[in-house]
Amino acid sequence: MSEFAEPGIARKPQDHGGTHGEPHPHGAQGTFRSYMTGFVLSVILTAIPFWLVMGNVLDDTLLTGIVIMALAAMQIVVHMVYFLHMNTKSEGGWTFLALLFTLTLVVITLVGSIWVMYHMDQNMMPMSPHEALQRP
Amino acid sequence: MHETTPPPGATAPVFYEQEEHAHGDGGTLFGFWLYLMSDCLIFAALFATFGVLGRNYAAGPSGADLFDLRLVAVNTGFLLLSSITYGFAMLEMDKDRIGPTLKWLAVTGLFGAAFVGLELYEFTHLISEGATPRRSAFLSSFFLLVGTHGLHVTFGIVWLLTLMVQVHRRGLIAANQRRLMCLSMFWHFLDVVWIGVFTFVYLMGSMR
Repeated sequence: MSEFAEPGIARKPQDHGGTHGEPHPHGAQGTFRSYMTGFVLSVILTAIPFWLVMGNVLDDTLLTGIVIMALAAMQIVVHMVYFLHMNTKSEGGWTFLALLFTLTLVVITLVGSIWVMYHMDQNMMPMSPHEALQRP
Repeated sequence: MHETTPPPGATAPVFYEQEEHAHGDGGTLFGFWLYLMSDCLIFAALFATFGVLGRNYAAGPSGADLFDLRLVAVNTGFLLLSSITYGFAMLEMDKDRIGPTLKWLAVTGLFGAAFVGLELYEFTHLISEGATPRRSAFLSSFFLLVGTHGLHVTFGIVWLLTLMVQVHRRGLIAANQRRLMCLSMFWHFLDVVWIGVFTFVYLMGSMR
């Protein structure tokens, strides 16, 4: 019960001297500083994977793949926090709960599909490029 | 049987009512968030499709043959810049300044248009080289995933222009603020999806 009463209390009333009396709900919580922090972090987290792949820095496809996936995950978190203002409190935690539920489904969809379909081509005849071009 | 099952709504707890009153926006932003989560599932399905089919080249060109990573890097920059300029528009909205809000929204729209333009250029270039969606399963899933994202950005731009007209005509009234906040979530969400696209499709696809 107390969980449901929380959002009204947790929401900080913002004074912005406007003509409209309503305080902003969540979504407009950013400051110039937070947006710039998010932007700079995003630029860094974007530049590194492009540099790794374009410069072929690590010389190891698997390792590069793991590193750029990890960097992408970090950048997604940065965007969620600094641009989408994600937190565990807004709407009494329901926003975050919806996100967790979606992430669960996304992981099942992605990992499940790739896992199940991994051996899709196992029983296919090997085909030369020439044969493939002659296919109907 | 009739006695044991009360009519729907009879047992509805009172706190639902209370919660609705506590929200200034009537739950619109949370509802929009739920829409974005469902959109996220669409993209998850498309990513999964690409994950399964992304290496089936049918003896056609692979990502390493086709992708120009410099182009993708520039495009990523456009989308990232449009995200921060939308953020600036929201900050101006907080200060109730219509002029600067509209200016930042216009800059955001231009970056978005540049992104879509460059993507269309890339697509026409690929198609002119014979790398059409019909060429291989890899290219089908590539065009489907990247095209769906580009379509989202396109509709985001249409929405942005609509809101610019609205703000210009009626000012930063509560309804327009709510709409701008929904578009803000939509726009930043598309940037999040793009992180997945450039990492999973372009960067991973360019590596052998």
